[in-house]
Amino acid sequence: MAVLVFAESVDGKFKKSTLEAVSYAKETANLLGTKTIAVSIGNVAEADAKALGNYGAETVYNAPLDKFSPEAFASIIADVAKTENAQVVVFSNNYAGKSITPLVAVKLEAGVASGVVALPNTSAGFSVRKSVFSGKAFADVQLTTPVKVVAITPNSYQVNNNGGEAAVVNYTVNLGNDAWRTQIVETNRVTGKIPLTEAELVVSAGRGLKGPENWTMIEELAEILGAATACSKPVSDMHWRPHEEHVGQTGITIKPNLYIAIGISGAIQHLAGVSSSKVIVAINKDPEAPFFKAADYGIVGDAFEVVPKLIDAAKQLKASSH
Amino acid sequence: MKILVCISVVPDTTTKITFTDNNTKFNTAGVQFIINPYDELALTRALELTEAQGGTVTAITVGLPDADANIRKALAIGAHDAVRINAEPKDAYFVAAEIAAYAKDKGFDLVLTGRESIDYNGGLVCGILGEMLGLPSVNIVTKIDVNGNEATLIRDIDGGKETVKVALPFVASAQKELTEPRIPNMRGIMAARTKPLAVVEASANKNTAAYNAFELPAPKAGCKMISADNAAELINLLHAEAKVI
Ligand SMILES: Cc1cc2nc3c(=O)[nH]c(=O)nc-3n(C[C@H](O)[C@H](O)[C@H](O)COP(=O)(O)OP(=O)(O)OC[C@H]3O[C@@H](n4cnc5c(N)ncnc54)[C@H](O)[C@@H]3O)c2cc1C
Ligand SMILES: Nc1ncnc2c1ncn2[C@@H]1O[C@H](COP(=O)(O)O)[C@@H](O)[C@H]1O
Repeated sequence: MAVLVFAESVDGKFKKSTLEAVSYAKETANLLGTKTIAVSIGNVAEADAKALGNYGAETVYNAPLDKFSPEAFASIIADVAKTENAQVVVFSNNYAGKSITPLVAVKLEAGVASGVVALPNTSAGFSVRKSVFSGKAFADVQLTTPVKVVAITPNSYQVNNNGGEAAVVNYTVNLGNDAWRTQIVETNRVTGKIPLTEAELVVSAGRGLKGPENWTMIEELAEILGAATACSKPVSDMHWRPHEEHVGQTGITIKPNLYIAIGISGAIQHLAGVSSSKVIVAINKDPEAPFFKAADYGIVGDAFEVVPKLIDAAKQLKASSH
Repeated sequence: MKILVCISVVPDTTTKITFTDNNTKFNTAGVQFIINPYDELALTRALELTEAQGGTVTAITVGLPDADANIRKALAIGAHDAVRINAEPKDAYFVAAEIAAYAKDKGFDLVLTGRESIDYNGGLVCGILGEMLGLPSVNIVTKIDVNGNEATLIRDIDGGKETVKVALPFVASAQKELTEPRIPNMRGIMAARTKPLAVVEASANKNTAAYNAFELPAPKAGCKMISADNAAELINLLHAEAKVI
């Protein structure tokens, strides 16, 4: 018996979403009275694999692999799950997780829930809370199969660092050709920018900004705060901003600690994607804008006057805290 | 080219979500149902591909008779025929197992889904289908070009994009930017009335999950207003009071 967790890495380094998933897996293992085992696939050094023990992994299977394919990763994870007789397999519900999770669920004939935002309830069976209706509501989903697969929303579970060192098992990768039917031609990752799906702080702007040229101040504010940038649907529809910044019911759903909405009216479809953010700030020149009803802090004012003031104040704050 | 497009029927995006029966059921009273927006993109791209290269597009949904209006809409947009698997769509595993059972001997070259349904937000059907059919799955794609027996796709990855090549047949899920959705025209609506809509009974019956209860997010306590002249105060509050920066 075990709780298994996929420990995703990029360029040999574990991501924050991985540490969240390992922390979540450890707490789930405690609830079930079993151990936590991580599966790392990529080019992770043994010392880094051991360090996953800090977050609760007792054992780390370290599988060297220099390419990605959902099929390959799913085969390795399902293989370890079977070896270790895993009851629960945990993923982060980011893009990589989304592509691997369903494959593993089928291989293990496991009931699966994605977009999970809280620890399982194990008092009667195994039930998890997930977001539904693109963040407009939550559902409690009972997984009724012997093995369960859950994918947790990034930034919905805290990272617990309690110290410790994991035992590392070197896994020998042995895959059939089927694992490589999808062939990567080119990967373009924006470097030096925080991916929106995993960001703790988000600065977002809408049609109120009038045109793409006015995003300089949005990007500046985001950079000072260490935030990712987002936008409303019309803004990405008009190609003022790339579509991956589009949040909402037909864009992505995010759950950052802070969401600052500038010149966004607060339509129901937009709010759906951002309303689970811990703290919401609305800045709008219209005092009747619906966003104020969903916000914790609000400023009625012209973005072109307010944002520069925020930039100055944020600079001062950062300077004083260094 | 034979393409299968999976259509999920979901509440219109403006729906105010409420629940009944002590928060155990979604309240469908007065709710308008639509084709899931991503599935419309998948359908449109499938039509573009068959228009350019020949072939047929089959629309499939797992649902009860109340889904018929929307599956007819898929026919009006241009699908050649449609299938409804007569079962309540319980969750992604259940739905994908029914579609896989239907599709497995039919020789589809391409199976398309949306990136996620905007009601239950599983984002799982594409991958489950691929695995059940023994096909590779390419998730969350903004481009699908088919050239002979091979396709080039662009998928979203964390913090970027990836171009991949894969041989037919395969499964893929549609993301915004794949194409622009088509609206049915009068001719399409007329033609849809006589296009075949087959109703088949569920056969896989994979029950692995149950939705037991729903809850709406707690309402906000109220919005603290800060004057625009004193905007800098917001930064202080976010730091000292909310403790998020
Ligand atoms: C099927 C469907 C799906 C949809 N999905 C989404 C989705 O996923 N995400 C999404 O965002 N939308 C979505 N929408 C669109 C949504 O209904 C709204 O139209 C959209 O969110 C509005 O974007 P906006 O707030 O940027 O623009 P607007 O509604 O035009 O609002 C602009 C706001 O800026 C304010 N403003 C103007 N000038 C200034 C200034 N100088 N300073 C400060 N404030 C200013 C105005 O008061 C106004 O409130 C969807 C719609 C449909 C029909
Ligand atoms: N009941 C259904 N019938 C047919 N296809 C569906 C159904 N539910 C979901 N799908 C397809 O699977 C995609 C992803 O759904 P989900 O995994 O539920 O988020 C949708 O965009 C549809 O293409």
